[in-house]
Amino acid sequence: MQSSISIVIDALPYLLSGFFNTAAIVLMAMFLGLLLGIGIAVGLVYGGRMLRFLLGLYVWFFRGVPVLVLLFLFYFGLFPYLHLPINALVSVSVVLGMTTGAYQANIFKGAIIALPRGQFNAASALGMSTFQAIRTIILPQALRHSIPAWSNEYSIILKDSALAFVIGAPEIMARTQFVASRTYQHLSLYIVAGLLYFLLTWLGVTSLRYLEQKVKIPGYSHHGMR
Amino acid sequence: MTITMPPILQVENLYKSFDNTAILKGVSLRLHQGEIKVLIGPSGSGKSTLLQCINCLVQPDRGEILLDGTAVDRTSKTSLCRLRQEVGMIFQDFNLFDHLTALNNIIIPLRKVKKICRREAEKRARLELEQVGLADKTELYPAQLSGGQKQRVAMARALAMDPKALLLDEPTSALDPELIGEVIAVIKNLAARGMTMLMATHQISLIATLADEILFMEQGSIVEHGSPSVLLAPGSNSKSQGFCDRLNELSDGRE
Ligand SMILES: Nc1ncnc2c1ncn2[C@@H]1O[C@H](COP(=O)(O)OP(=O)(O)OP(=O)(O)O)[C@@H](O)[C@H]1O
Ligand SMILES: [Mg+2]
Repeated sequence: MQSSISIVIDALPYLLSGFFNTAAIVLMAMFLGLLLGIGIAVGLVYGGRMLRFLLGLYVWFFRGVPVLVLLFLFYFGLFPYLHLPINALVSVSVVLGMTTGAYQANIFKGAIIALPRGQFNAASALGMSTFQAIRTIILPQALRHSIPAWSNEYSIILKDSALAFVIGAPEIMARTQFVASRTYQHLSLYIVAGLLYFLLTWLGVTSLRYLEQKVKIPGYSHHGMR
Repeated sequence: MTITMPPILQVENLYKSFDNTAILKGVSLRLHQGEIKVLIGPSGSGKSTLLQCINCLVQPDRGEILLDGTAVDRTSKTSLCRLRQEVGMIFQDFNLFDHLTALNNIIIPLRKVKKICRREAEKRARLELEQVGLADKTELYPAQLSGGQKQRVAMARALAMDPKALLLDEPTSALDPELIGEVIAVIKNLAARGMTMLMATHQISLIATLADEILFMEQGSIVEHGSPSVLLAPGSNSKSQGFCDRLNELSDGRE
């Protein structure tokens, strides 16, 4: 009978590859969500009625349907239907990316709306186009103010990524479950899995806090600023 | 010769309503090269709305805006951008870009709008900041500047665009009394250099000493206009005089 320690040690390389796969899923999802979120937020604030309506539908859909349902819908339903040869890992990234895109859109939209109206007016008054004003004046500020909420979203998506296990993406949860079902060392293995998730949360949240400090506007405070 | 020159800026019969309430009811005015006109009138009379309609930050419902005698096509983005480049705007609450240093506040519009290269833009920005006495504040962010300094950066930023005229919406109203002087000095300096200006203000010293003409607004119309020497003469019984007397009482009471 092997000790639980040696089982964990033997399984570690296998679990670690799950760790890197989870990291890859979350990074891809957050990046896709960032692109979608920025685009949708800008459309929701500055777009015409029709565009706002369509983007609103998108946000409602991805906020209203459970991630698990979306995973099955896309991985077993939509992707095969479209004959897209997308593996489980990429499928999870895409589904989580589209989901977090809806949430990130709301984060960015809130940050854009919270900026003083004068920022956009001043840009317009100088002759900048709407696009230039959004790109050089509005987004650089709105994205800075979004970092704390974005960091929250990161930790949520990280934990949601464990759902990928149900479609067999080779991430932390799937790999842990695989080893545990064969060795019956559930307690020690899931402790390790938990620690791996915790490590990823810590890495992400710490880097984002570092980024937040790094891009902080000197002298600027949210308190008492107009 | 000068008589045939069209006004730099001409506003014809401007109308604007918000929620079915008429805010501007047919306002017309002309600004010739080097003229300074001052808008006064009670709060809510539509001064800010008029200024914002002139450079179309607020779209007027009806009326014409003419630049150098040519009507601006308000449906065309390029002609709007041109109008806004040629008619600078100074806001009551400065509206500096919070995430940019004083220098970059000036450089960015020069580069984006005027398409000037980075080096030239920087040179120009430094020059403009020097002109308003802020050569040593170039690297500071808006949150690190006093109100008076912010307004001077805002003026430097507007002037760097080489506008033909400047609209100023109560440029000193958000400032502490001890900071008003430095902004007034910049405005007077601009006047001395012949800048064409339309300015809403409650600052007596600007009204009395700078204005070529006072435009008195009430409920969305210019109800009185004339030179300060006539309107503010003792015993003229004009609305402008009554208004300025009340402003004087207020500021006397404060000091
Ligand atoms: N975006 C808007 N929507 C609805 N009403 C508005 C809007 N902007 C201005 N108003 C109304 O228009 C009227 C004129 O406002 P405006 O700011 O032009 O006055 P003002 O002469 O500049 O006053 P003040 O001296 O207080 O600055 C006010 O009654 C105001 O409530
Ligand atoms: Mg006003």
